[in-house]
Amino acid sequence: MNENSVGLVRRQYFTFAEPPNEMPLESGEKLGPITLAYETYGSLNREKNNAILIAHALSGDSHAAGYYSADERKRGWWDFMIGPGRSIDTNKYFVICSNALAGCQGSTGPSSLNPTGKRYNLSFPVITIGDMVRAQTHLIDALGIKRLLSVIGGSMGGMQALEWAVEFPDRIASCVPHATTTRLNAQGIAFDEVGRQAIFADPDWRNGNYLDEGVIPEKGLAVARMLAHITYLSEESMHQKFGRRLREKERYGYDFSLDFEVESYLRHQGSSFVQRFDANTYLYITKAIDYFDLKQNYGSLEEAFRHVTAKVLVFSFTSDWLFPTSQNREIVQALQVHRKPVSFVELDSPYGHDSFLIPNAKQEKLVSDFLRTVYDDQMNK
Amino acid sequence: MTPKHVKYTRPDLKIIFDLVRHGSSVLDLGCGTGDLLKKLIDEKQVQGHGIEIIDDYVLACVAKGVPVVHSDLDDGLDGYPDNSFDYVILSQTIQQIRNPDATLQEMLRVGKTGIVGLLNFGYWRVRHYLAFQGEMPKSKVLPYEWYNTPNIHLSTINDFRRLCADAGYQIVKQVNVTNQKRGQFLPNLAPNSFAELAVFVLQVR
Repeated sequence: MNENSVGLVRRQYFTFAEPPNEMPLESGEKLGPITLAYETYGSLNREKNNAILIAHALSGDSHAAGYYSADERKRGWWDFMIGPGRSIDTNKYFVICSNALAGCQGSTGPSSLNPTGKRYNLSFPVITIGDMVRAQTHLIDALGIKRLLSVIGGSMGGMQALEWAVEFPDRIASCVPHATTTRLNAQGIAFDEVGRQAIFADPDWRNGNYLDEGVIPEKGLAVARMLAHITYLSEESMHQKFGRRLREKERYGYDFSLDFEVESYLRHQGSSFVQRFDANTYLYITKAIDYFDLKQNYGSLEEAFRHVTAKVLVFSFTSDWLFPTSQNREIVQALQVHRKPVSFVELDSPYGHDSFLIPNAKQEKLVSDFLRTVYDDQMNK
Repeated sequence: MTPKHVKYTRPDLKIIFDLVRHGSSVLDLGCGTGDLLKKLIDEKQVQGHGIEIIDDYVLACVAKGVPVVHSDLDDGLDGYPDNSFDYVILSQTIQQIRNPDATLQEMLRVGKTGIVGLLNFGYWRVRHYLAFQGEMPKSKVLPYEWYNTPNIHLSTINDFRRLCADAGYQIVKQVNVTNQKRGQFLPNLAPNSFAELAVFVLQVR
């Protein structure tokens, strides 16, 4: 056991927006009741000002750190960042991570039952990044926290961190969006659309009613994941990891069975994803990502950031071509127009968009140092 | 490896610190590990921001709580509106920039006042080194070989003054420094020969 681990953790649930007090959505529809699955690590101090919210990416969940049982080898998805003495130090901070609205790891989503006891499927309303964040504010309220020390998230998590900074400036002291963007570009929307079409094309999708009919669109969801996974890597990292190596053979098979290591890897990524992820959730969450556009909501990015009071740290990675440095810089430039306190670093990493999920000494130091200065600042006030 | 910010004390930074008004806004180009900005923020309640190209220095700034952007000055200051800072500082950095004239123009667009710290290649010791050794001068301040130096645009005080005159920048103030001390007799009499470095306060005419 690693002594710096948060150790055994458990998933908790919080339910709100019970009818008739449903939560209004950006689309104009309403949703309720809503359950959010979440986990916490560390303890909330008496002043309740040491709380940090971690926002996960597309396929993430509330399990950011630790493990569910002593004999389990698998750790939370950001375990190397979160723990006693780690970058996000649970000796000091109270860390919260919740599964996003429309998720499939315990939070209310398309596979949940609606108030009449039937599964939502495609009658689940389309939600946005803003809706995800508004749902999180209810959880933060319930935990008795008025102001978060920070909201930290990469990729879709970064969109949530930005949404917090823009929509709830009084409720966060800082935020750390990374490997992210203020609006998805055409290329990003295109990749998401191919993923959705793969799911639609699977005959087992059954217009979204697959769970009621006892099937799962495994093939479609696996293809969606295989495609998306390529966008999370880089040419260099794929070359390093696989090259043209053949899988358990010396020469080409001259057939359509498996030849290359990289094929085997992608098939494994696809099939293991199907075990833990819901196809309809994939549709809803990619849609929320596609709709994200701070510029559209405010006319310009500069206008969107006008009332931001949070200290902001943005970082990107040299090899990330899905959310490249240039898109992360747009956040920084728009904040600088107002001379807001913002810092930006481009970290050197060969691992593409997924770099933020891979241990990196500079990332760990950066986040740790930034949080310390925000925390000290707050204590001195 | 780069001794610019760590190996020797920086008299220019002390001079610049004294020049900056209490409570003003400052953008420091090539801010290094952020020591000047940190001091300005703590002691003069300045709204300070830095730009730095070396990632480890950027991390050092973040660790001090100094807002900093990891960026190459040669890419310009596009994101910054006109006159958005009271001061833009460029100290012992201009010699490493690809287009010093363009950067000067940018800094005086973004800042109401520019402050430039300049290593003087006309300093008599430098001239002496070149004249009698017959090799490119090296010193504590200029430790590199000609082929690996990041200092690609060294100039004399007179060179710099001529650039300012040609571009229409007014030199509001010039502080001459030799042996860590400012305002001595010889350097003030003939700065181009006797000042090791000079700090210029610039404004657009």
